[in-house]
Amino acid sequence: MNENLNNWEAVIGLEIHVQLSTKSKLFSGASTNFGALPNTQACNIDLAMPGVLPVLNEEVLKMAIKLGTALNADINSPTSFARKNYFYPDSPKGYQISQMDKPIVEGGYLDIETESGTKRIGVTRAHLEEDAGKSLHDDFEGQSGIDLNRAGTPLLEIVSEPEISTPAEAVAYLKSIHSIIRYLAISDGNMAEGSMRCDANVSVRKKGDLELGTRTETKNVNSFRFVEKAIQYEIERQVHEIESGNTITQETRLYDSQNNTTRPMRSKEYANDYRYFPEPDLLPITLEKDFIESVINDMPEMPNEKKERFVSKFSLSNYDADLLAADKDIANYFEEVVKISDSPKLSTNWIMGELSALLNNENLNIKDSKVSSDKLGQLILRIEDATISGKIAKDIFEKMWISGKEVDEIIQDEGLEQVTDDKQIEAMIDEVIKSNPEQLEQYRSGKDRLFGFFVGQVMQASKGKANPKQVNDILKSKLEK
Amino acid sequence: MDLHKLSLKEQLEGLKKSEFTSVELTSHYLKRISKHDEKFNSFITVTEENALMQAKAADERYKKDKSLPLDGVPIAHKDIFCTKGVRTTCGSKMLSNFEAPYSSTVYTKLDEHGMVMLGKTNMDEFAMGSSNETSYFGPVSNPWDTEYVPGGSSGGSASCVSAELAPIATATDTGGSIRQPASLCGLTGIKPTYGRVSRYGMIAFASSLDQGGVVARSAEDAALILEGMSGHDPKDSTSLKLPSPDLTKNLKDSIQGMKIGLPKEFFEQDMPSYVEQSIQEAIETYKSLGAEIVEVSLKNINLSLPIYYIIAPAECSANLSRYDGVRYGYRCEDPKDIEDLYMRTREEGFGAEVKRRILIGTYALSAGFYDAYYLKAQKCRQLVANDFTNAFESVDVILSPTTPGTAFKAGEKSDDPTEMYLQDIFTIPANLAGLPGISIPCGEHGGLPLGMQLVGNSLQEDKLLQFAHSYQSNTDWHKKMPNI
Repeated sequence: MNENLNNWEAVIGLEIHVQLSTKSKLFSGASTNFGALPNTQACNIDLAMPGVLPVLNEEVLKMAIKLGTALNADINSPTSFARKNYFYPDSPKGYQISQMDKPIVEGGYLDIETESGTKRIGVTRAHLEEDAGKSLHDDFEGQSGIDLNRAGTPLLEIVSEPEISTPAEAVAYLKSIHSIIRYLAISDGNMAEGSMRCDANVSVRKKGDLELGTRTETKNVNSFRFVEKAIQYEIERQVHEIESGNTITQETRLYDSQNNTTRPMRSKEYANDYRYFPEPDLLPITLEKDFIESVINDMPEMPNEKKERFVSKFSLSNYDADLLAADKDIANYFEEVVKISDSPKLSTNWIMGELSALLNNENLNIKDSKVSSDKLGQLILRIEDATISGKIAKDIFEKMWISGKEVDEIIQDEGLEQVTDDKQIEAMIDEVIKSNPEQLEQYRSGKDRLFGFFVGQVMQASKGKANPKQVNDILKSKLEK
Repeated sequence: MDLHKLSLKEQLEGLKKSEFTSVELTSHYLKRISKHDEKFNSFITVTEENALMQAKAADERYKKDKSLPLDGVPIAHKDIFCTKGVRTTCGSKMLSNFEAPYSSTVYTKLDEHGMVMLGKTNMDEFAMGSSNETSYFGPVSNPWDTEYVPGGSSGGSASCVSAELAPIATATDTGGSIRQPASLCGLTGIKPTYGRVSRYGMIAFASSLDQGGVVARSAEDAALILEGMSGHDPKDSTSLKLPSPDLTKNLKDSIQGMKIGLPKEFFEQDMPSYVEQSIQEAIETYKSLGAEIVEVSLKNINLSLPIYYIIAPAECSANLSRYDGVRYGYRCEDPKDIEDLYMRTREEGFGAEVKRRILIGTYALSAGFYDAYYLKAQKCRQLVANDFTNAFESVDVILSPTTPGTAFKAGEKSDDPTEMYLQDIFTIPANLAGLPGISIPCGEHGGLPLGMQLVGNSLQEDKLLQFAHSYQSNTDWHKKMPNI
């Protein structure tokens, strides 16, 4: 597959399923906890016993209103449910309760950062629906098992406009949605556990063509990286097919992450005609203005608002502010550090640099950081007030990480306080000059590069504690003599 | 003593006064069932042991002076209401061995009122039919003449009350399934306003039309029990957020000066002269009781049958998808794969009428047909409802025959679905509009009873019962019982 991709452009739309973190299911009182023994969290309603009826968990309305507001979308009132009919063993009713004509969220957008700047992606709609159970094909010889624990778990399906052009944009959009749902605390967004799932609609066309190509829908893409790879694969596959004189079939495909390919699903695995009709067991829901407003008033500051505040209040770059604001926990940590250190730029560098390296090393979330925001703030404060140098600070930080001690305690115990006394520094410099007469001779005869040698010697003599700026100034004047 | 000759209200009073015990009353009915029901097949399951246990408990409560509102009175439940620990078949092979792990709200409420369940009554499969001939458990016969059908789908409930094998029975009505068998068996059958009685645990046929009610021997008996089974249920989202209505308070009030509407569209239709005559006599009776007769127009009423036969099958096509052989109920032998499991389970587990309606409904909802059928039917349904709203601006109730005639012979219409569907031509409109309707006996022809229907405005069950009681206080049609 080495066609000249430059002649082609992709048209991508994403359908993101977000599992809402309610305690109980969308239409029943059963628990939604992940990982329980099969069928222990499926009540009569989830099992679709004869005669049972759905009752809406109203918590999901609040969650959907928050998401809709964060996506700059309209909240539909009344909003109504519909039945989507298809037979599959893990769909116990033989239909899924979803939304068709009046989705709760409609017509929004999301701004994402791309290589060429900010891009606006339209959000067509977001609707509530229930999740299916799981079919277990490998556990029973010659038979399939059904686990209905997940059946009825609330989902919000967020459908984008086909306005995404590259795999990287798709990931940026997905990450942005991820960030929003985490901020709103409406889902844990855990892609590995399936709390956030992504289907990608992809088509390609020759650059400049107005007509859309035939699209495929790729399902089962369960990480940010796989979304990028699956879409890239699908673009290349489609271009290859077309350039080889074949046509694209409109079909649903499954992503195979092990081989990084997509393959068509068997036609049995999906139905063509879902025969949607309004769910007669649930009346349309009217959302009162007051209710919507009270939910909106209850919303936290969103990533984009936070980013703008970081730029204006802390004079951070767009890039830094975006990175910090994308994760609510990181953003909170950052603000706590700044409160103590009063140095936004240095705090950003430390969080994105040293801290994030150690967190990654140990696969820790920032919430579980072994150096609290208070302690990191103190450390940065000591750099700012010149008690320690940046280099020493890095050593101290590692010691703090391991021991859990305060920065001042380590400085005191190990005598790491920076030497800022001119007299002490002069004495050290004099000693160094005296012990290196040859280098002094060469320097004075024009070999400027040796200045660095002298700085190094002085720093070594001070065990790194001498204030580098003072060393520079004093050394220069002494060498010139 | 012929305890079964007492009205339900008299039975309740007798129990309260310790004239007899619930065990005596219950045993009396159980004996009648075992002696006579072979002829009628009105029960699918008789819960003798359980009934005697409940009766004993009721007697205990009476002794301790801690009795419940309907304590110790027997009742038969249509086999569409889930009852924990007792099989609930819905008249289908699909659920022939199904024991629900929970009880319906209707059963629970009446149980909490102290009522004793005699058993589960026969019905058309999944409540689809007007003759009780589609039941997997065999047809039910009409106690007035066993060669005739009792009507359906609540044929077992009507048959057993008419044969006095139970003083009263629950029933359900999607297009006439309470009122039509009540008419054909000489009983009082009431379908309340949609949302009055919880549908939780009542196996769904067509969710937007289904409504539970009762078949009884009088309006007074019906009022007592309907009151006990009504009321808001948080487990049913379509349940009205209203407390159970007081249906006995105004029961005996005069109807002097109230208005009865006669829809001219109904009376323009050809109907047998005996039907016309019975209805005319009923109208005269009402006039003599001080009611005013007004002609009204329900101009879209002729659309009712076609609307119904789009919406009901559409909803049932989805409601019945859960019977797939995976989790409970009938499963075919040795399925090859999942496809084969679905196909053969449903092919073997459902009867012809159920399959016919699933097919119609699936077709009506298919891509390309949805707008022309389902969506149009919903719009027309609103027109029918509007007609009623307009009519009720000028009248209190609307009177018509309940059925086009008396009961027909078994087998007479079972090969002609469209002829069978016409049975519900007078009853369906009330379901479409969600309005309460009652059928009360008002005549006979050839030894078979005939009923008239009163439809009331939304939530006016009390007024319907008042009209019915007023009529029954001045006529004897409801007192006639078949010789069995």
